[in-house]
Amino acid sequence: MEASKVIHAIYTDDDVLMNAVKKVKAERHHIEEIYTPFPVHGLDKAMGLAPTRIAIASFMYGCVGLTVAIVMMNFIMIEDWPQNIGGKPSFSYIENMPAFVPIMFELTVFFAAHLMVITFYLRSRMWPFKKAENPDPRTTDDHFLMEVAVHGNENELSELLKETGAVEINLIDKEH
Amino acid sequence: MYTFSSKLKIFSIVLIILGALGVAYGFMSSHKSLDEVKEMIAHEEAGHHGGSHDTETKAHVVAGVEDHSDNAHKANAHDALADAHSDAEAHHGDEHAEHVLHQIHNRPYAALYVAAFFFFMIALGALAFYGIQWAAQAGWSPVLFRVMEGITAYVLPGGLIVLLVAFLAGDHIFVWMNPDMVDPSNDKYDALVAGKESWLNRPWFFIRGLIFLGGWVLYRQFARKFSLAQDNADINDNRNFKKTFRISAAFLVFYIYTESMMSWDWIMSVDPHWFSTLFGWYVFASMFVSGITVIAMITMYLKSRGHLPFVNDSHLHDLAKFMFAISIFWTYLWFSQFMLIWYSNIPEEVTYFVTRFQDYQLPFLGMVAMNFVFPLLLLMNSDYKRIPWFVVMAGIVILCGHYIDVFNMIMPATVGDRWYIGIPEIGSVMLFAGLFIFVVFTALTKAPLLAKGNPFIKESEHFHY
Repeated sequence: MEASKVIHAIYTDDDVLMNAVKKVKAERHHIEEIYTPFPVHGLDKAMGLAPTRIAIASFMYGCVGLTVAIVMMNFIMIEDWPQNIGGKPSFSYIENMPAFVPIMFELTVFFAAHLMVITFYLRSRMWPFKKAENPDPRTTDDHFLMEVAVHGNENELSELLKETGAVEINLIDKEH
Repeated sequence: MYTFSSKLKIFSIVLIILGALGVAYGFMSSHKSLDEVKEMIAHEEAGHHGGSHDTETKAHVVAGVEDHSDNAHKANAHDALADAHSDAEAHHGDEHAEHVLHQIHNRPYAALYVAAFFFFMIALGALAFYGIQWAAQAGWSPVLFRVMEGITAYVLPGGLIVLLVAFLAGDHIFVWMNPDMVDPSNDKYDALVAGKESWLNRPWFFIRGLIFLGGWVLYRQFARKFSLAQDNADINDNRNFKKTFRISAAFLVFYIYTESMMSWDWIMSVDPHWFSTLFGWYVFASMFVSGITVIAMITMYLKSRGHLPFVNDSHLHDLAKFMFAISIFWTYLWFSQFMLIWYSNIPEEVTYFVTRFQDYQLPFLGMVAMNFVFPLLLLMNSDYKRIPWFVVMAGIVILCGHYIDVFNMIMPATVGDRWYIGIPEIGSVMLFAGLFIFVVFTALTKAPLLAKGNPFIKESEHFHY
């Protein structure tokens, strides 16, 4: 469950942020979220986030695409109406397979790429007209914001965050 | 400094000796006279026709066009056909036996040539990779430079051996080297081969070969020299590095032209009636992926023995990524060449693949599985690319696959349907594998395994993916 009160600690440097994350983790505080203007290399590892499984999803989508291509062309070219087109052998799929490979390849890539992107949008909850979630517009420019849950240890936590080099610490009540 | 472990040295010498015995056996057993071959063919045909043909077949053979009096009606189709064609076959039999005799004589030469070229192309592929790393100023690979330099030490001996085998084999491998084929008064005169005589003639072939080889070896010698000089240079003195950078760029230009011509000469000309424009790229992809695979395998071997403490699993990951990507690149070229010819089905081009499909079905399709499907599935996962034994297994499959690739390029033109992977082939592979290991690991002992003077070496040591 999300804490009702959180602290927003704002940093101005990604190196300071990385050290702060390690320190806060070491003190066993729960980091709700971190907002950064650009990808910070190694931040996910420092936060202890689980690795993404989107590559696995993409592989499976690719398999689907390959299957769609094979089933589609087998039905159209071999089963439904096996015409003689320029002497190409349409007796079985395998005999005319080389001619189908470009389509098999493209559909594999098409499915793998597009479904992976859509999966990414769904999982990260992104769509047009979606209300922006960042708590402070400066985090899209040059500030980094760490959101830490407060469980009645407010003063201790703000001391810790000050020590880590936060330039600004705000207590936010999330219940409204 | 690395010392050549005595076990590996003995292993390589044993390989050379066993391989040489196998090659010698291949040459001895291929010495057959025409009569022996005829007997063999008769024997094979008897074995083929008898026994398995239990089911009765009826044949209605029309001997003449108008006159039906002597039409043969026999219960067994083969006998009926044999009767009708007995005269023609008697004459044809001699020609056929001679053809088979040539194929049998060619086999040990072709086996030797395939293996010699395969190991040479590994070294040349590694040299191209090395040149690219320099020209691209790659930050990850300098810790592997000494391994690559060790492998490329085989370019000179390996290239000379390929040329020597070609010289000794002559028309056993390159039919156009037979002077009868370009002599208009001769029975064997071939107008198509004669038309290519200005390019495909013996002296020019070997002069070209030596020019190609000379350029590659020259680059290799100087790159190695500057690389060693950079080790002893002052910390801010990067002159040797810059020199290697420049000659690498020049070498890559020279290489891509000469490699293409080398592939026409050394490989494509075994089928002098056939031609393909992307053949040079196709051979390049094959040698490039084999070279990278061997770099990865030797790196892992040396690391497992504790000689490369500065190589981490991110370097391995990068090499495995290259193995994966270039395997797919090879498949792309293989398929592009095959599919364009299959699709248009022009008789003068398509015979190349018809023979491969009819007589070499298993190696021809098997190599696609080994060079594409295996690496694709094994090396796709990024975690697997960091596991040494996994990469070694994939590497072995890739190397076997590319041996078969070279086998498929040479054998159909030399031994035709009389191919087999037996003692001559395995012996040749062992001979050159032993020689390759011996040359490469001897070269590795000549310099420290860390190119410490390279300006990118710090970055490379801390490389992390």
